[in-house]
Amino acid sequence: MTLFWLILIPFIGGLLCWQADRFGDLPPRWIALATMLIELAITLGLWFHGDYHLGNVGMAGEALRWSMEWRVAWIPRFGIEVHLALDGLSLVLIALTGFLGVLAVLCSWHEIVRRVGFFHLNLLWILGGVVGVFLAIDLFLFFFFWEMMLVPMYFLIALWGHSGSEGRTRIRAATKFFIYTQASGLLMLVSILGLVFVHHAHTGEYTFAYATLMQTPLSESTAMWLMLGFFVAFAVKLPVVPVHGWLPDAHAQAPTAGSVDLAGILLKTAAYGMLRFALPLFPEASQAFAPVAMTLGLIGIFYGALLACGQQDIKRLIAYTSIAHMGFVLIGIYAGTQLALQGVVLMMVAHAFSAAGLFILSGQLYERLHTRDMREMGGLWGRLGSLPGFSLCFVAASLGMPGTANFLGEFLILFGSFPVAPWVVVIASVGLVLAAIYSLLLMQRVYFGPPQGEGIFADLDQREYVMLLALLGLVLLFGLYPQPLLDTTGAAMGEVQRLFGAVSQSTILPMGIP
Amino acid sequence: MTLTATHLLALSPPILVCTTAILVMLAIAWRRHHTGIAIVTVVGLNLALLSLIGVGRMAPLAAPMLAIDGLAIFAAVLILVAALACATLAHAYLVHHTGPREEFYLLLLCATAGGMVLSASTHLATLFFGLELLSIPLYGMLAYVYGERRSLEAGVKYLVLSAAATTFLLFGMALLYAETGHLDFAGLAARLGGDIGAWGLAGAALMLMGLGFKLSVVPFHMWTPDVYEGGPGPAATFLASASKVAVFVVLLRLVVAAPAFEDGWLHNVLAVLAILTMLVGNLLALTQSNLKRLLGYSSIAHFGYLLTALVIGDGLSIEASGVYLVTYLLTTLGAFGVVTLISSPHVAGSGGTDAAGLHHYRGLFWRRPYLTAVLTITLLSMAGIPFTAGFIGKFYIIALGVEAERWWLVGAVIVGSAIGLFYYLRVMVTLFLAEAGMQRRDAPENWAVQAGGVVVLGAAALVIVLGIYPAPMIAWVRSIGVLAGG
Repeated sequence: MTLFWLILIPFIGGLLCWQADRFGDLPPRWIALATMLIELAITLGLWFHGDYHLGNVGMAGEALRWSMEWRVAWIPRFGIEVHLALDGLSLVLIALTGFLGVLAVLCSWHEIVRRVGFFHLNLLWILGGVVGVFLAIDLFLFFFFWEMMLVPMYFLIALWGHSGSEGRTRIRAATKFFIYTQASGLLMLVSILGLVFVHHAHTGEYTFAYATLMQTPLSESTAMWLMLGFFVAFAVKLPVVPVHGWLPDAHAQAPTAGSVDLAGILLKTAAYGMLRFALPLFPEASQAFAPVAMTLGLIGIFYGALLACGQQDIKRLIAYTSIAHMGFVLIGIYAGTQLALQGVVLMMVAHAFSAAGLFILSGQLYERLHTRDMREMGGLWGRLGSLPGFSLCFVAASLGMPGTANFLGEFLILFGSFPVAPWVVVIASVGLVLAAIYSLLLMQRVYFGPPQGEGIFADLDQREYVMLLALLGLVLLFGLYPQPLLDTTGAAMGEVQRLFGAVSQSTILPMGIP
Repeated sequence: MTLTATHLLALSPPILVCTTAILVMLAIAWRRHHTGIAIVTVVGLNLALLSLIGVGRMAPLAAPMLAIDGLAIFAAVLILVAALACATLAHAYLVHHTGPREEFYLLLLCATAGGMVLSASTHLATLFFGLELLSIPLYGMLAYVYGERRSLEAGVKYLVLSAAATTFLLFGMALLYAETGHLDFAGLAARLGGDIGAWGLAGAALMLMGLGFKLSVVPFHMWTPDVYEGGPGPAATFLASASKVAVFVVLLRLVVAAPAFEDGWLHNVLAVLAILTMLVGNLLALTQSNLKRLLGYSSIAHFGYLLTALVIGDGLSIEASGVYLVTYLLTTLGAFGVVTLISSPHVAGSGGTDAAGLHHYRGLFWRRPYLTAVLTITLLSMAGIPFTAGFIGKFYIIALGVEAERWWLVGAVIVGSAIGLFYYLRVMVTLFLAEAGMQRRDAPENWAVQAGGVVVLGAAALVIVLGIYPAPMIAWVRSIGVLAGG
């Protein structure tokens, strides 16, 4: 029942915020903050009191084990259940959601001044949907939340976003985002249904349960097609390069809170989907597809990095760096070794922190300078109080400086992928150099160089200071001592590795999972 | 077969509706009283709805030329609910009408009876009778505000084109009769089961055309946007909901009964029509700036999705069409209901026309949050977003396509929905934008207290509830499938 409450709390909080709007601007903000703090507290409580080691992973064929589980029948006609489960991976990501949710509320404290209640309704519903995605292990329920969270995100971008120049309006960006993700989501629905009907043909019963569908015997070509359906949906959201078109626009046009959620959490749902569904459900097909996926990851690394170098808009630049970072994640996922998968988790968390930090910083820059165009910046060091200092820290994290969690993530991914795909790793390492280039370019163009003006801008206030300090503290904490995180997700990643990696060792398996 | 008391009892819903119509007519002759007439109408429709509970126990039952089976009862429930909603909306709409107001209810009741007969028909004669009883009052309803050029145009346009479609239908029936010598569905199906001659095929195709016109299947869709735009709100609502449900049900009955559709080129024609309807409906809706026209095109697209169920014609198809019809009906009632409430003419400063231009709706949320919430929910439901009933409907259609491995149809549904999202989102975001100095249109202040407000709120609530907990709806629709004999 706790799991159900985790989903319900943001939804209820959102409704309260909407209604509290009539009492002024402050009540919705405080309600939203309290909601997310409660969410975070519950998750941390679960973290400290739960056991996520799951003992030794059992023999093949043994039922999946979850640390917590909650199920109740929903649509008996198709064997659909409200089936929620928690393991180390989902726990970490939900904690991340809670934390970034708090930050999102905080960073819009002064930025959002119109329709405050409705804004927080949307913000909290996104977070509720994301928590649902992380908890659902009934495929129908998963899809339900997957699609549902798009709607509030759409409103967030369309109504509170910034309209860029040259016809890049926020509504256009929001619509693009929505159509990309919704259409690809429908492909996933087709795949889910295909899997369900294959299972129905074999056993005569309808079910959308994750554990049961994993046992479905699939012919090679069917498995490949179904896997592609899932992959496309996740690839759009991650995003993988040929289908990334929505991301820069959405980021550039979204309000700060929207960007923080988008980069910090929404992109992670895609990686989570691959780890939880695409790989374990179709291990052979995924294994066969791995070279393609890794190539796409490589393309993403270079494409994102190169385009980041050429951006004028600071938020678009950060958006393109996200594409590059997600390329590493994609490579790590399809390498499938325990080390690489652990690196993926660390990388996701680290990227969430560093990208959120950078987006919050660019939001604060915008509040002070009223522009996001880097051509109008320059020479800001010393004129913004401690803001440039924080920027330097987060930029260093983003380029993967040792001591930050990003470094460990990238290192583990590359190290873990090397035995499987040495050439991919070699090429990907070059991407790290590009990361240094675009990161330093960002610093140089914004904070150094000839100043464009004279004025001194306001220093960070207490709220902004605390937010950034907390983020920085976490980046350093996980960069220096990642063991608690790795311990928590170890068992879950071991499970993925067992399902996925086992195929590569013995290629002549019959059908189904080993 | 002679009529027995049981038959009369089983036919009590349409009989009750007809009786109400006569009562209304007499009452109008005696004394005009708008609210009184509306109340009589609503009571009559409710009685018919109640009587369906009793009839449901007797089903399935075959009256002469009519089948009182699960499908007929299902359709009757939907039609009566739609008629109730329209009557309620009509009251709000006509309050300020200067001409005679009471006859609208008379027409509405006649059309309702026609729809019920049509959906229960198992004989070409009752099919024709029901269809005309449904259509002819609609001409009047659409042109009801005849002082208004657009309304008159809508009525005349529908009259001319519908009459043309009817001739096609009649000619098709004649050809089928010439080929088989039967007019009842069972006889037709039996004779057409084997070798179907050229005349038989032509007859079936012509009938498909006639019915396709009423469902505004592409390429017989031209009339839809104009008529939706011009007709008064309640009439357009009835046309989009009850009328389409009745015609679809009879088409479903025909297709399920007649094996002529199972194989061969008629089947392919149907598949092509379905794909065309989805894509063309959605594409044409893209550039509309009038909400009623947009909803018209969107309803074309929705019937494209529904045709998928007819094309596949087995397995889940009755269940899927049932579920989709329920979700479509609720969604349509909600959306058109809001449009009717907002666009009701004779509200101050309207100049007497229905306000359906998108700019009228700009920033509606900041003035009418609940009304906008209803419209947003129904639009999301049309787009098939989770948490709304529309998602369950779309889920069923895609599931049906995947089960039958009709990948072209599935692909078209996906492409259609992606295109559809664009214009639904456009409308939705318009509702929330606010700009200074815009033209303002508003529902009357006390809209929520009025019955019309209750209707749209109820529809939206049902859309949400059935979207989150669809099990009761599915169970109900399944019981129909069983009653209809699969």
